[in-house]
Amino acid sequence: MAQVLVVTSGKGGVGKTTTTAALGAALAKTGKSVVVVDFDVGLRNLDLVMGAERRVVFDLVNVIQGDAKLAQALIKDKRLENLSLLPASQTRDKDALTAEGVAKVMAELKEKFDWVVCDSPAGIERGAQLAMAHADQAVIVTNPEVSSVRDSDRIIGMLDSTTEKAKAGEKMPKHLLLTRYDPARAARGEMLSVDDVLEILSIPLIGIIPESQEVLSASNVGAPVTLAAPDSAPARAYMEAARRLIGEKIDVTVPTEKKGLFDWLFKRGAA
Amino acid sequence: MSFLSSLFQKKSSAPVARDRLQILLAHERTSVGEGKSDLLLQLQKEIMEVIRKHVSVDQDKVQVKLDRGASCSMLEIDIEVPGLTDGKPEKA
Repeated sequence: MAQVLVVTSGKGGVGKTTTTAALGAALAKTGKSVVVVDFDVGLRNLDLVMGAERRVVFDLVNVIQGDAKLAQALIKDKRLENLSLLPASQTRDKDALTAEGVAKVMAELKEKFDWVVCDSPAGIERGAQLAMAHADQAVIVTNPEVSSVRDSDRIIGMLDSTTEKAKAGEKMPKHLLLTRYDPARAARGEMLSVDDVLEILSIPLIGIIPESQEVLSASNVGAPVTLAAPDSAPARAYMEAARRLIGEKIDVTVPTEKKGLFDWLFKRGAA
Repeated sequence: MSFLSSLFQKKSSAPVARDRLQILLAHERTSVGEGKSDLLLQLQKEIMEVIRKHVSVDQDKVQVKLDRGASCSMLEIDIEVPGLTDGKPEKA
């Protein structure tokens, strides 16, 4: 049975698209067939982060409006054959998406893939609601920062009220993914800690992605961080999060970069 | 001295962030979102309706203050009621 996962956050810029790409590739690496779907109509970026921006011909809106078949719009990843991308439209706006159209495309995707990972646009409006409408579970991407935590709380409320699952009276499984986390700053009391965020949002933790330069380097070259730098701390954290999603029981830790003597000395001095 | 103490007393802002969020979200969870109404606003509206049933109240003479706290919130409604002295009308 296919699983539909929505990656959402409310707030923009916390790492939804990065996470969609990294988790999608990580799930594909476990052997599942995966499609990542960009719901950010008008501001698509998943194609760019996935490195497929020059291969987009048709998009989600074309499929919904019947201008293209789903198979024509899907872009197969060049690195992983069981990973595909369904891009959003760049020239239209979010009103081009209809609830019925999205439902039809999602049903088709569920037949073709094991995992359908939906990259939600920021905000709480129509686009975000359509992205989460058909989800079986949700990953809420949160930065350890007050405005992100507040918006995540709002999105959690929406997942429990506006989705198809919620309307059917079922419970939506929600997972917290803490991104851009700096363990040293949290230890010094300068940043909300994992426990602080968990206590406030009270949903289970699926992973902690440490702040890392590798994430930007990966998006620079158009590759999910789990493919561009698989041994880096963020990639290992995403990989473990993906394994937890498919049901493996692994304790959540903060993977650290392999440090040289200089880093070690410097870190000691700062702490 | 103050330079030295500021050097060693690392400011710890995370607990402040946590406390602010907890108070804010405790309020927002019950008042923001689909089909939810602001309890305190509703209270204020209904209290005013009851009072208006019995005395005429000048909108400008009503002061509403709200202080949202961690364990309880305080809704303070200060209404200036004209001429309410043992049923006798007040002399101008």
